[in-house]
Amino acid sequence: MVKNGSEILVDVLVEQGVDTIFGYPGGAVLNIYDALYKNSDRIRHILTAHEQGASHAADGYARATGKVGVCLATSGPGATNLVTGIATAYMDSIPMVAITGNVGTALIGRDSFQEVYIAGITMPITKHNFVVRRVEELADTIRAAFRIAASGRPGPVLVDIPKDVTAAMGEYHPQAKVSVTEGYVIPEEQLQTVAEMLAKAERPVIYYGGGVGLSDAGGDLLALMHKAGIPAVHTLMAIGAVPDDPLELGWVGMHGKVSNAWAVDKCDLLLSIGARFSDRVATDASRFATGAQIVHVDIDAAEINKNVGATYSIVSDARSFLQQFLPYVKPAKHDAWLEQIHQWRVKLDYVPKDDESVLRPHQLMQVIDELTDSETIIATDVGQHQMWAAQYSGRKHPRRFLTSGGLGTMGFGYGAAMGAQVAFPERTVVHITGDASFHMNLNEICTAVSYGLPVITVIMNNQVLGMVRQWQTMFYEKRYSQTDPYRKTDYVKLAEAFGARGYRASNLAEFREAFAAALQRTGPVLIDCLIDKDERVLPMIPAGGAVADMVAE
Amino acid sequence: MKHILSVLVQNNSGVLARVSSLFGRRGFNIESLTVSATTNPAISRMSIIVTGDEPTLEQIIKQVSKLEETIWVRHLQEDDSYCRELVFVKLLTDSSDVREAIRQIADLYGARIVESTGNTIIVELTEVPSRIDAFLDVISNFEVLEMCRSGVTAIQK
Repeated sequence: MVKNGSEILVDVLVEQGVDTIFGYPGGAVLNIYDALYKNSDRIRHILTAHEQGASHAADGYARATGKVGVCLATSGPGATNLVTGIATAYMDSIPMVAITGNVGTALIGRDSFQEVYIAGITMPITKHNFVVRRVEELADTIRAAFRIAASGRPGPVLVDIPKDVTAAMGEYHPQAKVSVTEGYVIPEEQLQTVAEMLAKAERPVIYYGGGVGLSDAGGDLLALMHKAGIPAVHTLMAIGAVPDDPLELGWVGMHGKVSNAWAVDKCDLLLSIGARFSDRVATDASRFATGAQIVHVDIDAAEINKNVGATYSIVSDARSFLQQFLPYVKPAKHDAWLEQIHQWRVKLDYVPKDDESVLRPHQLMQVIDELTDSETIIATDVGQHQMWAAQYSGRKHPRRFLTSGGLGTMGFGYGAAMGAQVAFPERTVVHITGDASFHMNLNEICTAVSYGLPVITVIMNNQVLGMVRQWQTMFYEKRYSQTDPYRKTDYVKLAEAFGARGYRASNLAEFREAFAAALQRTGPVLIDCLIDKDERVLPMIPAGGAVADMVAE
Repeated sequence: MKHILSVLVQNNSGVLARVSSLFGRRGFNIESLTVSATTNPAISRMSIIVTGDEPTLEQIIKQVSKLEETIWVRHLQEDDSYCRELVFVKLLTDSSDVREAIRQIADLYGARIVESTGNTIIVELTEVPSRIDAFLDVISNFEVLEMCRSGVTAIQK
């Protein structure tokens, strides 16, 4: 079949199972948008306010569904506006294909209007990227992009297409959806070795990360925990990956539970599955689980020994490892060890005080959990609210807590929430944000209004740049440099100006009422929640510190 | 500690930028890097000298291996491979004594005088990097006007 490049692109997207893309048109992608116009029955295009919103929406769509998210932008500024979203996806191993138009091949390298070398710009923040120079290469390049994005450790892939390639005529031959390499076969002796190490351990702990969620291995992990009697702690990226269970101890890291930090510190064997010992967990890598043998299981060989040295390692995705490992595991119990952790939990864990006359973040999160079901998706921005959301989200299933863990992108949440809502129109999607994060990309309210996306945005409004201010309080003797912007934004009026609905709450009862009302609405809602500017995220292990440096009051 | 890596990559435009961007981003040190053709026009060879301790080397090998366009990475040892580097040195020779002294050193190291005009002389040496270092050390006692090293190329035995 002879078609032009833009039609070939659309055909390959459909062939690869894409039914939704997020983007913004422009000069270099006019041909592509013409093909999208003609194929609007096959691909739904969501027009955002800004390309960054499109990139976060594609990311949120991918996080919520497990499918490859797709975003599309024009050359130059369109392409550069995707950069933060691509880097966000890269740091959290999210499968994404970003398509950019570029000036025609004859104009490349001449500093033409809206020309930028986006392949060069995105080289360090993509798994791979391509510039398509001939229409003959287009279909296979797009297929390769989908294969790379979803294979192994997932990640974003960018395909840059010059305008003349989108107009040139070429042959298109339909193909099946690319097959993604899945599953690892682990040598028996490796499984045996780990099983023996586990059998000898008296104080074992499993430390798991986003890889468990990405490979849908929660049930398999729980089976291992039960069989071997091992407690497990998790990273920010693994919230909800494993079902609720007495052996599932919760979050570990800078703002994780004190008892979990001690469990990792005092364990004699740490089995790490799909986690990468980031500096937000191993806050001081040289003082992390120092008494333990470390077994590191990860899909990416380059993660082994990168941040923390492993005693033993296996390269595999979480699910393949867990399914093959379970038969080798001897049933065991570690009651004394569990009792010890329980003691720490009772004595050391931070318990925030309730106060219904104001809005305390943990109570606010509890109300959301109470009023929503287990299918509800929570998307966050970055900062204090993100940590409170992580501590008290109540998510018990994978792909229900969407957060920018690695890059820490303020402004991620609204786009991500929209992407999730587009993927799951019937579910409740709650966007938890702070007043500072929300200001970064609040322009996307217009998108939610246009498409009738009933995203509920809960703004934890402390009037300041809360997390930076918290560090200034704790480490800079309260020199509040540029963290109190004295903004006078009226979020209720803002919502109305965009054609959305706004509420305001200053105590728990008002919040409960506003949230219940929000759940009844068919379009986007903002709830302005006034919280105290001196609220801190606790407990906290300072950056570069270890468990002994934990601050809990 | 210096290490020699031989890397086969797909000969696509931008592949050199991709490899060097990786080194820049992760803070790995490159001593030298050469890219050359292979018998297959679709494949290029990079010979890279890196400096770093064992954990750094492990990271470099794994990160380079992870690039889509990398076919394989080999860590070459001096005793199981041939590796050579080319150097040109242009020296000021304002007397026949100096000229003669340089000739003698060149002979000692197996270097060749490729040009001798007026009061300059150009010496060429192809050797393993450590011998080139030694040669440059000795030759630096004279007035070196310009020096230019090719970087290493290497092949496994």
